Amino acid sequence: MTIAPAPDRVPPTSAGLRPLLGRLVRRPAGAFGVAVVAALLLVAVFAPHVVPYDGATQDIPNRLQGPSGSHLLGTDGLGRDLLSRILLGVRIELAVALPAVCTSLVLGLLLGLVAGYRGGWVDNAVVVFMDTIQAFPSVVLALVLVAVLGPSLTNLVIVVAITFAPQSARVTRASVLALRQSPFIEAERALGAGTLRIIGVHVLPNVIAPLFILLAMNIPSAITVEAGLSFLGMGVQPPTPSWGVILSEGFADVYEAPWAVLWTALALVLTTIGFTTLGETLRDVSDPRLSGAKGLRYDR
Amino acid sequence: MATYLLKRLGMTVIVVLAVMTFLSLLVHLVPGDPVEIVLGPQATPAQVEVVRAEMGLDNPIPIQVWDFVVGALQGDLGLDFLSRTPVTQLIAQAIPHTVVLAITALALAALVGIPLGVYAARRQNSLADRAMALLSIGFITMPSYIAALLLLIVFAVQLDVLPAVGTGSFANPLDYAIHLVLPASALAITWIGYVARLVRTSMLSVLGSNYVRTSRAFGVRDRIIFYKWALKNAIIPTLAVLSSGLADLLGGAVLVEIIFSRPGLGRLTVEAISERNFPVVQGAVLVIALFYVLTNLLADLSYRLVDPRIRVEESAVGA
Repeated sequence: MTIAPAPDRVPPTSAGLRPLLGRLVRRPAGAFGVAVVAALLLVAVFAPHVVPYDGATQDIPNRLQGPSGSHLLGTDGLGRDLLSRILLGVRIELAVALPAVCTSLVLGLLLGLVAGYRGGWVDNAVVVFMDTIQAFPSVVLALVLVAVLGPSLTNLVIVVAITFAPQSARVTRASVLALRQSPFIEAERALGAGTLRIIGVHVLPNVIAPLFILLAMNIPSAITVEAGLSFLGMGVQPPTPSWGVILSEGFADVYEAPWAVLWTALALVLTTIGFTTLGETLRDVSDPRLSGAKGLRYDR
Repeated sequence: MATYLLKRLGMTVIVVLAVMTFLSLLVHLVPGDPVEIVLGPQATPAQVEVVRAEMGLDNPIPIQVWDFVVGALQGDLGLDFLSRTPVTQLIAQAIPHTVVLAITALALAALVGIPLGVYAARRQNSLADRAMALLSIGFITMPSYIAALLLLIVFAVQLDVLPAVGTGSFANPLDYAIHLVLPASALAITWIGYVARLVRTSMLSVLGSNYVRTSRAFGVRDRIIFYKWALKNAIIPTLAVLSSGLADLLGGAVLVEIIFSRPGLGRLTVEAISERNFPVVQGAVLVIALFYVLTNLLADLSYRLVDPRIRVEESAVGA
C-alpha cells in the first residue's frame, strides 16, 4: 500500500505579482511609494545621459550660486552643478544600498533558517552573534568597521550588510520556530521527508514574504547609514557624488550657501519616505497579520 | 518570570563579553601593521616597538582580550595615544553632554508627540488626522542628521535666532538650554512622529473595543472613556517605546553632535576614529554599547512588568 503524499498546506504567499502591484497602486500611499521608487530607478539608469552637466567640471567663478536658469538648483563650492550631482548621486546610493540590503537578507535568511530549524547550541550561538551586532547603534558599528577596514564602496556594502543582517535573521528565525511546530511540517516529517526538502519546499516559501517587506524598509536605512558615514568622511570618497559627500561639502559652506545641503537633504527625505511607504503598503496588502510588526525604525 | 529574568541577564553578560572581545580585537582587523598605521610612515623601528609593547600587541591574542576585559571591568580603558590622558577621563567629560541631549530629546518627543496623537485620535479621519498621518511618516523616516541640517539651515543660517555651535557654558543654564534646542529637536523628530502614531493607534484600538461600546451604552461619559481609559492604555506602550528610544538616540547623537559641534560621546568617537586613536575608540564605543545594551534590557524588563500579557505570550510560544 502506498501512502499518498500529504497535501501541501502552504498558504499562498502572494497571488502573483500583478494583482499585488494593482492592490499597491490603488492605495494613495502605495502609489506614491511606487512612483518615487520607479523614478529613482529611472534616474539611476539614465542620469548620466540626461543631466545638464557632468557634475565633475569645476567652475570656480560661479561657485555657491543659488538656483538660476543655467543651474536649476545652483552650484556647489567648486562651481559644480548641484542638480547633476544629486541626480548622479542616486546611482551611487542605490549601488551601495541594493547590494548591501540584498546581502544582508540572504545572510540573515541563512542564519535564521539554521538557527530556527536546528535549535540547541547552534541557535544559541546565532542569537549571541546577532545580539552582539545589535549591541551597537548601527551607525556606530558601521563607522568603526569602515574606519578599520578602510573607506571604500565595497567595504561600505559589506559593513552595511553585516550591520543589517540580524534583523532579517530574527524575522526568519521567529517564523521558522513557529512553523517547525505546525502540523503540516510534522506530517511531512512523519512521511519521511528530509530536512532539505522540508526547509526548501515548505519552510522557505513561508518565511520569504516578510523579507521582501524588509527589503523595501531597509533600503532607506542603508542609504541613511551610507550618507551618514560619507558625511563624516568615512564612506564614499570625494569627488564621487554620493549624497553624503555632497552634504559634507555643502556643510562646509552652509552659512554662505545652504543650497547643496538643502536639496540633498530633501532628496534623501523623499527617497526615504518613498521606500518606507512602499514597504508599509506592501506589508498591509500582502499580509495583514504583519501590520503590527515593528517597521519604520531606520536606526536599527 | 524568574527563569526568563535569569536567561535574559545571562545573555546580557555574554553579549557584553562578546562586545569587549570584538573591541579588543579591533586593532587586528586593520589591514597591515596597526602600529605603523597609527604612527605614520616616518616612525623609526624603535618607536614602533615601544608602541607595540604599550598596546600589548606583542602578547598572544587571548592575553590581549583578557587584559582588555579585566582592565575595562576595573574601569581602566588605557591612555589616549596623543594626549596621554586616561580614556575614562575623556569619556567622563563627554558623557554628560550626550546624556542631557538624549534625555531632553525624549522629553520633547513625549511632550509633543502625545498631544499630537491624542488630537489625531479625537478627530479620527478628519483632515487634521490625515495631515498628521502624513507628517508623522515624514518625521519617522527622517534621519536625525537630516533633521539637524534642515533645522540648522532654517534657524541658524536663515533666521539666525538659535545658536548652532557648541554647548554654551554649563555654568549658565539658560545659555546651555538655548544651545540644546536645535540638537535636541533634531533627535526628537523621529520619536515625535513615532509617539504620535503609537498613541493614536493604541487609543483607537481601545475606543473600538467591546467594553467601551458597552460602557457607552450604559452611559459612561465620553470624556472618561477617552482620557481615563484610552489615554492610559496608550501611555504604557509609549513609555516602553521611549525607553528603548533612549538607546537608539545614541546612534543619531553621533552625527548630530558633529553637526552642532557638541563635545559629547559621539564626537569623541568620530574624532578618535579619524585620528586612529584606538584606545579612545575602544573605550568610547564600549561605553556606547554598554549604554545601548543596558537601556534595552531595562526597556524590555519594564515593558514586561507593566504589561503582563507579554509574559503569557512568551510561555505560549515556549521561548
